[in-house]
Amino acid sequence: MALDIEKPIEGSFQIIGGNFDTAGAASSQLKSKLVELGVNEEVIRHAAIATFEAEMNVIIYAAAGRLSYVITPTYIEIKIEDMGPGIEDIEQAMQEGYSTAPEWVRAMGWGAGMGLPNMNKNSDTFKVDSVVGEGTSIEMTMNFP
Amino acid sequence: MTLKEISRLLDANVINNSIDMDMDIQSACSADMMSTVMYYHTANSLLITGLAQPSVIRTAEMAGIKAIVFVLDKKPDATLIELAGLKDIPLLSTPYCMYTASGKLFEAGMPSCLGK
Repeated sequence: MALDIEKPIEGSFQIIGGNFDTAGAASSQLKSKLVELGVNEEVIRHAAIATFEAEMNVIIYAAAGRLSYVITPTYIEIKIEDMGPGIEDIEQAMQEGYSTAPEWVRAMGWGAGMGLPNMNKNSDTFKVDSVVGEGTSIEMTMNFP
Repeated sequence: MTLKEISRLLDANVINNSIDMDMDIQSACSADMMSTVMYYHTANSLLITGLAQPSVIRTAEMAGIKAIVFVLDKKPDATLIELAGLKDIPLLSTPYCMYTASGKLFEAGMPSCLGK
């Protein structure tokens, strides 16, 4: 069912790399927005999981990043851009279980090599662009039923 | 299975008070890696974990986890407990290890999130 909104709703959040204490704050705010708009519960779960994984990637790997979103009557588009090390081999990074995370990140419950696969699994469209030494950009959409 | 029953089976302490112990939970998963929880979980389940980091609460929030059991008497810090309170997520702590805690609940009829 299409959302009853007059025009697309846009927003963005800054994400600071390495800050585990506030990890998930941006995803939580986006989730609250979707709940407030009455988006389908299953879509909210998909969007929240995919966004949280992307937010964690920025926190783990990058100095900083930006999460932006556009909510239209029929879908949500989420974009995450970071100033991180970039991904050398995107195809390899998309494989479940592949991770370059250091041990201290794994000790904090992350770096299982499921981040990108999880974003892909929870999206209707999913695109990764990355330049080594410059950063990574992820775009994903979730359609409303 | 109610949270009260889960608590009894696991000899658990309730970490955050004023929670609904009659809350009904129908499946569970055990993990320390949060992406694994989000990849395989089903909503409205119980998370059994040894990880006591604030991001566990965020994971539960995003994934729709209903309640969390910390194994081996792990004591989460005040930040985690406060965040759980804000998100209405009950926290329990059991002296059992993850294997035993999971086994006790499975034996009592609690199915896995995955159903296998």
